[in-house]
Amino acid sequence: MLRLAPALAIGVLLAPVACGVLATLLPAFGYLPALGGREFTFDHFATLIDYPGIGRSVLLSLATGLLTTVIALTIVLTFVSGWYSTVTFARVQYLISPLLSVPHAAAAFGLALLIAPSGFFFRLISPALTGSSRPPDLFILNDPLGLTMMAGLVAKEIPFLLLVTLAALPQTSARRSGQIAQAAGYGRIAGFLFTTWPLVYKQIRLAVFAVIAYATSVVDVAVILGPLTPPPLSVRLTQWMADPDIAMRFVASAGAVLQLLVTMVAIFIWIGFEKLATRLVARKRNAGHRFVKENWARLGGLTLVLLVSAVIFLGLLLLALWSFAGFWAFPDTLPRGFTVVNWGRALPSLAGPLTTTLLTGFVATLIAVCLALACLEREARTGRTGGSRALLFIYLPLIVPQVGFVFGLQLFFLGAGLDASWGALVLVHLVFVLPYVFLSLSDPWRAWDPRYASISYGLGANPNRTFWKIRLPMLLKPAMVASAVGFAVSVGQYLPTLLIGGGRWPTITTEAVALASGGNRRVIGVYAFVQMLLPFVGFALATIIPAVLYRNRSDMRAAS
Amino acid sequence: MLGKFWRCALVATVGLGMVSNAHSADPGNWDSVKAAARGQTVFFNAWGGSQNINEYIAWAGSELKARYGVTVEHVKLDDTANAVATVVAEKTAGKDENGRVDLIWINGENFASMKRQKLLLSPGWADKMPNWAFVDVENKPTITVDFTIPTDGMESPWGGAKLVFFHDSARQGTGALPDSVKDLVTWTAANKGRFSYPAPPDFIGSTFLKQALSEVIEDPADLLKPVNTDEFQRTSQPLFELLDALHPNMWRGGRAFPKNYPAMGQMLADGELDIIFAFNPAEASSAIAQNRLPDTVRSFTFSGGTLGNTHFVAIPYNATSKEGALLLANFLISPEAQARKQDPNIWGDPTVLNVAKLNDDDKANFAALDLGIATLKPEELGPMLPEPHPSWMTAIEKEWVRRYGAGN
Repeated sequence: MLRLAPALAIGVLLAPVACGVLATLLPAFGYLPALGGREFTFDHFATLIDYPGIGRSVLLSLATGLLTTVIALTIVLTFVSGWYSTVTFARVQYLISPLLSVPHAAAAFGLALLIAPSGFFFRLISPALTGSSRPPDLFILNDPLGLTMMAGLVAKEIPFLLLVTLAALPQTSARRSGQIAQAAGYGRIAGFLFTTWPLVYKQIRLAVFAVIAYATSVVDVAVILGPLTPPPLSVRLTQWMADPDIAMRFVASAGAVLQLLVTMVAIFIWIGFEKLATRLVARKRNAGHRFVKENWARLGGLTLVLLVSAVIFLGLLLLALWSFAGFWAFPDTLPRGFTVVNWGRALPSLAGPLTTTLLTGFVATLIAVCLALACLEREARTGRTGGSRALLFIYLPLIVPQVGFVFGLQLFFLGAGLDASWGALVLVHLVFVLPYVFLSLSDPWRAWDPRYASISYGLGANPNRTFWKIRLPMLLKPAMVASAVGFAVSVGQYLPTLLIGGGRWPTITTEAVALASGGNRRVIGVYAFVQMLLPFVGFALATIIPAVLYRNRSDMRAAS
Repeated sequence: MLGKFWRCALVATVGLGMVSNAHSADPGNWDSVKAAARGQTVFFNAWGGSQNINEYIAWAGSELKARYGVTVEHVKLDDTANAVATVVAEKTAGKDENGRVDLIWINGENFASMKRQKLLLSPGWADKMPNWAFVDVENKPTITVDFTIPTDGMESPWGGAKLVFFHDSARQGTGALPDSVKDLVTWTAANKGRFSYPAPPDFIGSTFLKQALSEVIEDPADLLKPVNTDEFQRTSQPLFELLDALHPNMWRGGRAFPKNYPAMGQMLADGELDIIFAFNPAEASSAIAQNRLPDTVRSFTFSGGTLGNTHFVAIPYNATSKEGALLLANFLISPEAQARKQDPNIWGDPTVLNVAKLNDDDKANFAALDLGIATLKPEELGPMLPEPHPSWMTAIEKEWVRRYGAGN
């Protein structure tokens, strides 16, 4: 059984992506017999290129992907290099970890409620500073250049990049290298950049690619914060896919191929950036620049990270506030009254989507954790790690844009008669849950001291017994944390749930995004609040369960 | 809740084919419809952007469960075209039975498109349902002719709609309230940024465009016929000249648009917009009752008339639960469900029934409705303009996206 685990895991990651991309490519070139397309043609690409504003949509997607990644990575680099192994660093780390689990849609809603012209910020300063009791006619939300959308994406990318960087740091000798560099007269940031960063970056490179891919092809955040005239490419694809004119399916497929190209180009440009940056850093290093005057940069990095955290937290607070708000018009800073009516009204229709969200997340996570454990156990027993190729497989579903293969996957399921089935929904969630579970579990698992196993074998236990009695109990906490991460990922899935679920399996996330179109902030508040609450509950359980189980074993607590 | 979930999961994963109903629904024999419907699940595909409508549908679902043992699942769409696309895809893939859509909230171009592609349950069934007897076919021509297309009983009326404008009497802009879309252009020039409309294909945004077109087109008779594509540039020119004049003075300079009419309601409450509109005369009263708008909001229409129509529910030809869908459609035009729908505290959507035909209890229920402080009386609503042929909308939406939806 165990022998099959790695193959099965690779199958789960690879097969849907491969089938999906294939089922996207064929219709793009005109081949889809079910819809009457039997000949290969470039016509659909011609139609696509003729679409008004398509060039602008493409540029928007490309710019969003590259700019947000550059900005987020720069902030993370500045902050980590300026503050690692300080008390401040540990505190900020504590503050920012929960942000990772906040679903993108909830964070975007919160941001909108905060910075929109009719949002909280302008309520605070109106009419005192703006001189008007009306919201200013400013292009803050849905601005044509997509700046608000980019800000929202940067805010969500920072926690992710920070956490992958933190995971990579222990495998370098950051602290000692830093001390040596500082002893040689280098500033903290320069010392880190010259000695440790190349090693860290090597480990987080695929995660950075995943960020680029996500930002070039995001749908939910773009729908909430992004420009409308025209929207980014991914949003237009989603619209074409739902067009009653069936011929649009071909154009949408061609568009999805274009999206794949855009993401690829973005990653190639990024690789160019990498080369450029390496050369630039090398030149500065070889020229002996020490960058001693760095206080502004350190403070800047810290301020930006704190600002991002504050903005997300404040946004979430506003969501909660709106969900309890009575009449609340501009420029009132707070609602005129509070009420539970909004909750009372939403709860009955909340129950169904909530059940779907919980069960889908639970089952997908359970399967993912079992698969990841089996792979890691197999690796421990054979001593064969998958190496960099295995890592690429794990990152594959995160690097190929969702719109590039989930549409195709939908056609594939339709052909197999499995469309809109719950099993298909769980499977597509698994594709995105498994990588995160694996990445979250593998480091603590590999760091486990193998001498425990040797002792266990010495006492006569076989490998299975050793796994169940020694290894799993000792690593219960990381396993629970990985489950919480997986569950959070499942809760946040929008596009795959919408397309593969075929509207029959609404979840909290799809309902929240659908309701966003209604603009009723009270209802959005309720749904987004629940959406953000679920991952928090998951993480709370991941902390509480091991603590309760091992309450009478102080060393286990320390070990975990 | 859990029980329902597992049953759905089972039905969906094991394959709907196992529980297929080979016989076809016969609305003429209502008892057999009731018997066949028991235990069915109706997937009602309806726009889900408005919380009070969603709650009304949930209520109808719970009544159907209690009375007939039929489960109603509201598939919340952000555009009805999505449901049409689902049925089209199923037909193309040869899935002529056990389709995913059982009932669609529909009218106009989507109905025309489904009828033309033979995607609807036929022969006509709506006029064979028991509650059809109460429907106001005598006074409401839009119940049998939907956007110039005869319904032929292939869709059942659900509610009436009339374009009505709203403003906040406590936050008056400058100048008199406009009395036509042309007036509105002048008004917006004097009140910059205080008017906007949702971008098509949102139905309320499309309605505004059709209202404008109906006012400025040279020969209104053209609108009742399918659009002549060769002449479209010329015939639509007055509309786009008007929009070219309107857009620079609109909210955000016409480069962003509200998502839909509930979003415009929020913007009126916040003072971002001064004039908004909806397709439901009671929308403002309903929003006041739910804390979404201040109680100083009032309604107005144009003396030259505004667009009006009827919205319907229709059953796709390959629906899985045809009988359950018939029961739901019939329940939706029951005096009880229609009176509840017209209550602005619930939804406020005008009835399609002829109240004079009802029994005394039901008449009293309608008479007892307080339509709300911001709702105009039926005689104050002004003349009703007919909906143009659906092909006009398609042509206009396309040209609109080309001109305004692609940036510059």
